[in-house]
Amino acid sequence: MAAKLILSMDGTVIKEYPLNKERMTIGRKEHNDIVIDNLAVSGEHAAVVTIMHDSFLEDLDSTNGIEVNGTPTKKHFLQNNDVIEIGKHKLKYVNDQITKTTSADFERTMVMRSPPGQSVAAKAGTMKTPVKPNQPAAAGGAEETGKFSAPTSAAPAKPAAQADAGKPAVVQILTGPNAGKELELVKNLTTLGKPGLQVAVLTRRPQGFFITHVEGASFPLVNGKELTNQAHQLNDHDVIELAGIKMEFYFKV
Amino acid sequence: MRIEKALEIFSQTHPGMVRSHNEDSVASEPTCGLVVLADGMGGYNAGEVASGIAVSVVSTEVSHGLKHADPTTRDEETGDEYGVLLLRDNIQRANAAIFYAAQSQPQYAGMGTTIVAGLFYDNRVAVAHVGDSRLYRLRGEALDVITRDHSLLQEQIDSGMISVDDARLSKNKNLVTRAVGIDAKVETEIHVHEVQVGDVYLFCSDGLDDMVEDNDIQSMLYAMQGNLPMAAEQLIQMANDNGGRDNVSVILVKVKGKFAVPTGWVAKLLNWFRK
Repeated sequence: MAAKLILSMDGTVIKEYPLNKERMTIGRKEHNDIVIDNLAVSGEHAAVVTIMHDSFLEDLDSTNGIEVNGTPTKKHFLQNNDVIEIGKHKLKYVNDQITKTTSADFERTMVMRSPPGQSVAAKAGTMKTPVKPNQPAAAGGAEETGKFSAPTSAAPAKPAAQADAGKPAVVQILTGPNAGKELELVKNLTTLGKPGLQVAVLTRRPQGFFITHVEGASFPLVNGKELTNQAHQLNDHDVIELAGIKMEFYFKV
Repeated sequence: MRIEKALEIFSQTHPGMVRSHNEDSVASEPTCGLVVLADGMGGYNAGEVASGIAVSVVSTEVSHGLKHADPTTRDEETGDEYGVLLLRDNIQRANAAIFYAAQSQPQYAGMGTTIVAGLFYDNRVAVAHVGDSRLYRLRGEALDVITRDHSLLQEQIDSGMISVDDARLSKNKNLVTRAVGIDAKVETEIHVHEVQVGDVYLFCSDGLDDMVEDNDIQSMLYAMQGNLPMAAEQLIQMANDNGGRDNVSVILVKVKGKFAVPTGWVAKLLNWFRK
């Protein structure tokens, strides 16, 4: 399921071009893979290099340049639904193979074999070097040796913690020289104390916030109760006591 | 200080949230300062078989080899230290074992594994790796990747095709360019690094670094360096909280003291008596 470029002008689709070659050129002259017969387009205007599932767009020193999603660019790593503009023509990059193939295919670790002394990237050709037209770099180069079955969607890795534990929380120091100070828990991990002496950490997880004793002679107290070796989930307005300092955990509304 | 006193080692492996079985293998030999981690691939249980062969061959053969010789002795032919040669030869041996098993048993056809191994001796660590399993080092507050992945993505980064930031968006993350056991010979990358007291070394499979950003690994490791079992548990938990799409394994090694090989004749004599 190769990625493709969809050529259109003024909202009318003209043609679809599957990216089934390692290097596809775009330009006004006949010999290009994607010919756009318009004087605003240079003879050789741009090229798209595809390596396995990734495609890269490069401006071939064209007179009028290219824009991707409205931003002028010389070189761009194409992402699904990017719109390349060349004069009045638009090329939409569609690479939705993740949803079309199973995630199992997508996630398998594979081995690419390359001849001794030659890197795979070199074999596939860098942007600047002209490459003999043949099938995509992928074909024959990769050999699948992985296996796994999974009913997950293969959406790009997203830190779930940030999405789900979205409620902002704060620790306010109640006693000691820093009393009154607030510490916003903006990171996935916040350290309380000093490494080597007494450390507890507050971790943000999809389920909420947890406090864990890491090192030090005494265990922190939560609402007057000593922690064990286990992580302890914090509730709104819990009072933590660490090395004699009291602090309050609460969610910001 | 003897090596098993100078190093604190803790390892943990987890199948992750998605996969039904664990194709990673880990081993450590505290008495000779050796740790080995492998991430197998192949159909059915072949991935586990491949990583299991790699880890057991390398850990048993290297520790056996160290019983008879000093890792700092230089080989007359190659000029390499014996510790380096032991790693290279035994990863080659593991490669042959996996390759022939794959050739002779149809259910193991095409299996292979990544490997990353560290041999600590004489205030240094010899690091051998093949594929995309990594070694990180925490020194002070700085976390550095010591190994360079043998992957298509790393080659693209090296050739300037793609920036490190863009690499996170790549769909080619799962392509390794080298693996143990897929050909008759394997090219192992080995480098020797100086070790400082206080360093924390993190060996991991790609199930960790694909799921967790380097700066989260850094803050977790820095905060938890006083408690390795908890650090390992929290790192794995972060990978699983972020989706846990792969098996995840970590080996943590903390350097608590110097472990120089004795040099003077008195020290050598004492060492001889100790044996």
